[in-house]
Amino acid sequence: MKTFTYTRASTVAEAAKRATPAGAMPIAGGTNLLDLAKPELINPDQIIDITRLPDLNTVTRTSDGTVHIGALVPNADLAAHPLIRQHYPVLSRAILSGASPQIRNMATTGGNLLQRTRCIPFYDPAARCNKRTPGAGCDALHGPNRMNAILGGSPSCIAVNPSDMAVALRVLDATIHVTTAAGTTRTIPIADFHLLPGNTPDHETRLERGDIITGLTLPPPPPGRQVYRKVRDRASYAFALVSVAAIIDADPTPDASPHIRSARFALGGIATKPWRIPAAEAALADQPLTRDALNRAADLTLAGASGHGENDFKIPLARRTLTHVIAHTARNPIPMDPSGAT
Amino acid sequence: MTDTLPKAPLDTPFGPGIDRVEGPLKVTGTAPYANEHTARRIGSPTHPLVGFMVLSTIAKGRLVSLDTTAARTSPGVRLVLTRDNAPPQNDWGPLVARDRFARSQPALHDDRIRFFGQPVALVVADTLETARAAAQTISATYEPETPAVTLDEKTAIIPPTLNGFKPTRTSIGDFRNSYAASAAKLDVTYETPHQSHAQMEPHATTALWDANGEHVTLWTSNQILNSAQKGIASTLQLKPEQVRIVGLYVGGGFGGKLPWFDDALLAAIAARMLKCPVRVAMTRQQMFTATTHRTATRQRIRIGAARDGHLRAIAHDALSHCASFDNFVEDTTTITRGLYGADAITTSALLNKLDLPRSDSMRAPGDAVGMIALECGLDEIAHTLGMDPVALRLANDTQTDPTAKRPFSSRKLAECLRTGATRFNWSARNPTPGQHREGEWLIGTGMASAMRYNLVRPSQAEIILSQTGHLTVRMAMTDPGTGTITILARIASEATGIPPDRITVTIGDTDFPPAAGSGGSFGAESAGSALYNACETLRLRLARTATTENGPLANIPLSTLSFSNASLTNGTKTIPLTQLVPRDGLTTQGSIKPGNEAKDWSQASFGAHFAEVAVSAVTGETRVRRMTGVFACGRILNARTARSQAIGGMIWGISAALFEANPVDPRSGQFTARDLANYHVASHADAPHIDATFLPEDEPVSNPLHIKGIGEVGICGAPAAIGNAIFNATGIRIRNFPITPDKLLPHLPEISL
Repeated sequence: MKTFTYTRASTVAEAAKRATPAGAMPIAGGTNLLDLAKPELINPDQIIDITRLPDLNTVTRTSDGTVHIGALVPNADLAAHPLIRQHYPVLSRAILSGASPQIRNMATTGGNLLQRTRCIPFYDPAARCNKRTPGAGCDALHGPNRMNAILGGSPSCIAVNPSDMAVALRVLDATIHVTTAAGTTRTIPIADFHLLPGNTPDHETRLERGDIITGLTLPPPPPGRQVYRKVRDRASYAFALVSVAAIIDADPTPDASPHIRSARFALGGIATKPWRIPAAEAALADQPLTRDALNRAADLTLAGASGHGENDFKIPLARRTLTHVIAHTARNPIPMDPSGAT
Repeated sequence: MTDTLPKAPLDTPFGPGIDRVEGPLKVTGTAPYANEHTARRIGSPTHPLVGFMVLSTIAKGRLVSLDTTAARTSPGVRLVLTRDNAPPQNDWGPLVARDRFARSQPALHDDRIRFFGQPVALVVADTLETARAAAQTISATYEPETPAVTLDEKTAIIPPTLNGFKPTRTSIGDFRNSYAASAAKLDVTYETPHQSHAQMEPHATTALWDANGEHVTLWTSNQILNSAQKGIASTLQLKPEQVRIVGLYVGGGFGGKLPWFDDALLAAIAARMLKCPVRVAMTRQQMFTATTHRTATRQRIRIGAARDGHLRAIAHDALSHCASFDNFVEDTTTITRGLYGADAITTSALLNKLDLPRSDSMRAPGDAVGMIALECGLDEIAHTLGMDPVALRLANDTQTDPTAKRPFSSRKLAECLRTGATRFNWSARNPTPGQHREGEWLIGTGMASAMRYNLVRPSQAEIILSQTGHLTVRMAMTDPGTGTITILARIASEATGIPPDRITVTIGDTDFPPAAGSGGSFGAESAGSALYNACETLRLRLARTATTENGPLANIPLSTLSFSNASLTNGTKTIPLTQLVPRDGLTTQGSIKPGNEAKDWSQASFGAHFAEVAVSAVTGETRVRRMTGVFACGRILNARTARSQAIGGMIWGISAALFEANPVDPRSGQFTARDLANYHVASHADAPHIDATFLPEDEPVSNPLHIKGIGEVGICGAPAAIGNAIFNATGIRIRNFPITPDKLLPHLPEISL
């Protein structure tokens, strides 16, 4: 780890100003930043502690049903918050399916949106990585890429966005609130927040230097049952092979196919950003649940998917998981048990 | 008839077991580990200097040069150690050594790169952060060569022996004809991956030399201190008595701390050069390349059986690797030689010498992976025969080791199988695969036998009874979390009748009598037997003192005496031991070494594993729902820590079956998992209800304590039981471990709506 200066910001404006120079980075929970700084995968020379910023640590609901979440709300608190559990269970479950209790206690809402990929060459100082060193090349394309993306990648980068929380936020149409170094505020829809890698995989979000995430808002929950299904190698503390956040509004009909009024779904673990295809959702809207309709939805969701060897299995895995989640949710009013235990 | 003192009783009921003596220190974080010793001495800085290793980034080739300019001039840097300034060391080896952990293992001694992640420099600075930052400024220039990193029969050699100097090939009966005449035949290949020990405590050493630079003390994390002492002394061209190794608390070994590593050597070298204490700890990432691992294996298993299940022929041929400069050979086929009474059994081994880090022992070396092929193979034959897998094993049980052709000293495999089947409710099983579905989940059960041969290694102990009645045990033994300290206290208490609260067990120091260390499940019986023998001598000395002419028990026959409550008694007259101890205390020694019992008898621990799994018919995720393990290992010294060993092994079996693998990137020759996010072991959520039991068993010959090893039998067969349960659940047989979702996925049924 390179030597850095540590300062604590007391206002958002101060944090934004101090975080503006190249080499300056805000730190909140630090669960990702410190891991990356120790082996010098990132090399901040100024760390601005934003954990004491006022008024960013609450979850509130306005009269129109919108919920505002402060950027410093810990992941653990957010998942456990009654408003979230009651109205946005997909978000609670997504958060609780990630990391460990200790990490969720430290990690914040804003920080989770910015967590870096877990791509193996990205973490290996001896490997080539365009994210770390633009133009260096990518050692994942033809290398250890079992966990890498089948969608949204480019010849420069196939690194997966590892966040579970962001997949749920994507299906909930969250809006991210930012204060800029100039002191102005702006909002970014979650759909636009993460960037596809293209030729600049080092540029991962719409944030500019000095931008501070102050929070996010969730519109009132859409109708339907919310589920988060995370497929992973082990039962806990593992990144997703595939995950599906879904909100399915359907009429269960005991002896016939349910009728789907609306379906929203986003996928994680397979793409360079949380993956949601509106056309795929439209293919299911106001339709009976049929294999054809599900196939159309899956085809549209996975259009353009390509494997790179070790991760080829993610294409059928994503299709199967998506199909199952939609069908099962449409049929079942009770929550699925993801553990396998009965 | 001569008057003899009765042997110390070995029948004290141990009940539910006893707590770890050092448990409170460990759970409160106050037990000092190797990296935490302050190693103060007059004239030294308050804290040791800190060394950080620089590792190679190629797997094979020549280190042309290192640019250390920036590192050497970094503030706080005291030393940059490279091959240019490293002191003379003995050459690597000898290659063939009775004790391979006592070999010379030089570092920074030549320009050859032998594996990816080999240390090429050490930076020593005032703080870890300074050392690490400076280390990362060092750039190396290499002449790389293409590394060989993949198992390949075509380039394999036939090794002269296997680990433990076992023969490479064995053969009884006529395999060819027995196999040809079998009604049911199996000829398949199983594969297991490279695995890493990934101990909680990374390898670390603190080194301190005396003022003359003649004697060094190394606080290190190691399983066999006496071997490390010899090996480090040999490497540094010192006498063993110039090297003292201290390692009281070891945060997990699993075979990965049987060898000593460059943290110890480089700390010693740097501390001598700088005349200051130096500590070197590996990072989590460094552990995965700069230490040892379990080799990947490819195993062809052929089994032929008669219609009634009688095994006519077994052939087990295993390929594994060792490092290019080493000779370790995984003894993958050991259990196949002795588990079942087949008419013909042949085993063989091939070895690739690869440009990888050294392979070496990992919990139940040989057996943990070899029993996957054997016990999944048995399951495949049982399925072909339409026979119950438990019945198949019972039909081939034997009290005679078929290859060694000598009786087992004790063998309760059949009892373990029957008891396990009852506890698990095995009879409720549907033998037809893929029949039991609960929603998304396919449910299945499977089982496997467990076996691990028993070993005693030379060990010595010294005990001192003070005049105040306090007993101190001294031996260079280790406790890598297994509970050794606790059972040693219990053995001493049982043998001498001194309550445990008046016994102090001091281990982990080569200034004490040499001990076997911890590994191969031999720790308790080797160290424990030596201690027991020391206690026997103490008892006799005390009894003789008491019964001398002027003694308090004069004219009372030795044969009527017993020790309890810190006293010697014949039932009517009771003398406190303190009255029999001279002012300076009473010191006795004891020792153990393998005797004829190891030649006349085959000795092994046995067991049976049963597992129930749920496999997602959608995704191929497997979750273990419950496991039952029943083991027979002779006398059990401490039920509590014994159970921990058993369930630890079984949970590791879950990891081996479903998660654990460290693939090598063939382009770079580097292991691809270098942290615990990528190297998966079972999480709490993966460890279900586990029912682990030890059967009472009389072991007549193994050692004076009548115990057998318990440290490894829990993993032996456990992965196979899970693989077999997956087959029962799904009808899918995966022979390439671990059984991850991607491997099951192509065979799963269509998604139902």
